[in-house]
Amino acid sequence: MARTLINVPASAKRGEVIEIKTLIQHPMETGFRPGANGRILARDIITKFACTYNGEEVFAAELFPATAANPFLAFTTVASESGTFRFTWTGDNGFKQTETATISVT
Amino acid sequence: MRRLACLLLLLPAAALADERRSGSTYMSAETQAMQKDDTANPGMLWVQDGAALWSRKPAADKKACADCHGDAAASMKGVAARYPAFDAEQGRPVDLATRINLCREKHQQAAPFAAESESLLGLSAWLGLQSRGLPISPDPDPRSEPFREAGRRLYEQRMGQLNFACAQCHDDNAGKRLAGSVIPQAHPTGYPIYRLEWQGMGSLQRRLRNCMTGVRAEPFAYGAPEMVELELFLMSRAAGMTVETPGVRP
Amino acid sequence: MTNATRRDALGLGAGLAAFLSFRPARATTAAMSEAIRDFAGTVKRQEGGITLDLPPLVENGNVVPLTVSVDSPMTAESFVKRIALFAEKNPQPHIGTYHLNPRSGRASVSSRIRLADSQAITAIAEMSDGSFRQTSAEVIVTLAACVEG
Ligand code: HEC
Ligand code: HEC
Repeated sequence: MARTLINVPASAKRGEVIEIKTLIQHPMETGFRPGANGRILARDIITKFACTYNGEEVFAAELFPATAANPFLAFTTVASESGTFRFTWTGDNGFKQTETATISVT
Repeated sequence: MRRLACLLLLLPAAALADERRSGSTYMSAETQAMQKDDTANPGMLWVQDGAALWSRKPAADKKACADCHGDAAASMKGVAARYPAFDAEQGRPVDLATRINLCREKHQQAAPFAAESESLLGLSAWLGLQSRGLPISPDPDPRSEPFREAGRRLYEQRMGQLNFACAQCHDDNAGKRLAGSVIPQAHPTGYPIYRLEWQGMGSLQRRLRNCMTGVRAEPFAYGAPEMVELELFLMSRAAGMTVETPGVRP
Repeated sequence: MTNATRRDALGLGAGLAAFLSFRPARATTAAMSEAIRDFAGTVKRQEGGITLDLPPLVENGNVVPLTVSVDSPMTAESFVKRIALFAEKNPQPHIGTYHLNPRSGRASVSSRIRLADSQAITAIAEMSDGSFRQTSAEVIVTLAACVEG
């Protein structure tokens, strides 16, 4: 499983706009690059990222080879209620990973 | 300037601190910000790997690093800031990666990690983090001294088809631009580093191999005695400077 | 010593360009126009109301940090639906598309991208009323000195 760094504030006030940062270990092999033997390495990238907040999608991204290795995404959402964020990365070669983080909203 | 580098070993570090600059101070504000923010520094992914390995047994009947060394924050504090350090059994100084692998073989009866493997970089980064913010404190063992001297000679010796010495770039021309990048002073403050060029993590030795290839010299092998000697010298030259591991470099 | 003479003296020329990953292929202006048409159709795009924050001088094209933000109240009535980024000189000009909604609170996304060369980056936002906004920023990608050993 790929390592991830996820930063969600542990708590927030209702209605506050919070920033969420995510980073996942992935080579994002472009499919344009020759390997050691001179042949082009097959593309191996993360193509989609989605973040749900208590089941509802609050942010999503479609990624292409020009996203840097170990993709980083930072975005915002309104803290509406206590609950769980679910982060899902999907990509080439059946790559799929889900991580969660919780927030308490007062 | 070169004489200054030798004198550094004798002078209290503080007196010269203002002349020395970590490579990170030459970086763009954006790259500095990436290094400073643990939630945005990709090197932290490897630190996580290392933290997990620290407490994982290599086999059911073997001990994890943590079983012998306990909490790394206490037992490994300042250790990375002191390596390479003299090892009596080996009869010579060993770098941190070798030290980790000696424990793998001697104390865990497990195969050593390959140079630059994700596991070895992870553990090195994890140990490095335990020294973050502490001053680089070169191995005080007098038996290391001849090896450090050998490192200094290597640093000053011209090499490769381009016939350049480390010192010519890193002492005489530090701060100037070379084909787009600034030549830093070559202080090993942030290793292992996440290098944007590599799109991954790498050791100080990988960095040194890059420099050697850059002057068309045959690079020393990972763990080679010359590498350890160079590392020893670079650490002495940077004595008192702050450990930044995991560093980010262009 | 100037940059140029230094470089010549050392023989470390542009052949060691920092960005090796994208060397084999390069997009064309036509590919760029097509990628933009796929995203925004033929609707006229308004300049302004969108900001692309990106270092003007990049040390390594492998990792270029950027933030794109759009002036929008991000309410159910008026919000940003999608933001896309394009780079003309990348082999595949479309860099990424970000999906937002009123729950985003702010229309601001940060990421790290790859750039094959010095060039202009274009950001286009699709608004909830069907209009599009566009902005561009120039980036200079410098070279690295030492190659992999
Ligand atoms: C031709 C000039 C040149 C020579 C010779 C050279 N280097 Fe370098 N070195 C560089 C440049 C340029 C960089 C920074 C590259 C970058 O940022 O992409 C660098 C980076 C480094 C770093 C990384 C510093 C940091 O902040 O992380 C170290 C350490 C280093 N060199 C040590 C050495 C040693 C030891 C030698 C001799 C074996 C050597 N270099 C020879 C040009 C040189
Ligand atoms: C069975 C106990 C044991 C295990 C397991 C073990 N070590 Fe050690 N370690 C030691 C001993 C004993 C020493 C002192 C040197 C020696 O005798 O090898 C040491 C020394 C070290 C040092 C040098 C400390 C210093 O102050 O110089 C480091 C670093 C280290 N170990 C890291 C690790 C790591 C990383 C692991 C897991 C991969 C590990 N050790 C697993 C027993 C262990």
